[in-house]
Amino acid sequence: MSISFDKALGIHESALKFRSERAAVLANNLANAETPNYKARDLDFAAVLEAQQGKGTQGVGMQRTHQQHFVTDSLVDQAAGLRYRVPSQPAIDGNTVDTQTEQARFAENAAQFQASFTFLNSKFKGLMTALRGD
Amino acid sequence: MSLNQVFNIAGSGMSAQSLRLNTVASNIANAETVSSSVDQTYRARNPLFATVFSEQQGMGQGSLFQPHDEAGQGVQVLGIVESDAELQMRYDPNHPMANEEGYIFMPNVNVMEEMANMMAASRAYQTNVELMNTAKTLMQRVLTLGQ
Repeated sequence: MSISFDKALGIHESALKFRSERAAVLANNLANAETPNYKARDLDFAAVLEAQQGKGTQGVGMQRTHQQHFVTDSLVDQAAGLRYRVPSQPAIDGNTVDTQTEQARFAENAAQFQASFTFLNSKFKGLMTALRGD
Repeated sequence: MSLNQVFNIAGSGMSAQSLRLNTVASNIANAETVSSSVDQTYRARNPLFATVFSEQQGMGQGSLFQPHDEAGQGVQVLGIVESDAELQMRYDPNHPMANEEGYIFMPNVNVMEEMANMMAASRAYQTNVELMNTAKTLMQRVLTLGQ
């Protein structure tokens, strides 16, 4: 009998990856808080989840058969959930970043990252207990 | 790993904001620099920010998608632009820099505006530092996986 890490760890591994990608998107919003015409972005959890679930059943992912083919894996996943935020107070220079909102989302995302990490960590702890058997 | 990206993005934000602080310092320092002609007078300088996309960084990963289909990779300073606002002309024939008609030219620096700009820049810098701190905490947590 072999241990399948995918089955043992469940959704938490992908959740952690999603959280770190969302952290990058939100960090980019905050870094561009003063850039003219920059539109705030965010990753939509529901859309990414749907894309991930659809991938397993439909299998429409592109295959790279030549080294000069474009890499599409991560981009497709990200584009599936990447949305523009509805601005509450757009600036006159076309910038839609609301620093307070973005900071709140970033903090929320960090807390959710820690939650996913705690779940993942407890899975590993469970596996270790099973291996040791004491 | 995307958390590494946060370091690059926040770092680019910090360097852009510190360049903005530099231009503010230069503007305030030169707010009283008078000269005797329009051409020689100091003009207020401001950085021009723009979003960095991964193609511009030359990461070699050709994307099929337009820039609006991918998140940015931070902020960059495209250049420094000089303000086109009117220079202040002042009649002061006893000033050593006065021209033949007795006029001196003052820079178009608005010190109040520059002070507000300075506070906005330092707040934005702090935000980026906080981002980096949070990303660092998360990465350190990940390193303790399985312990």
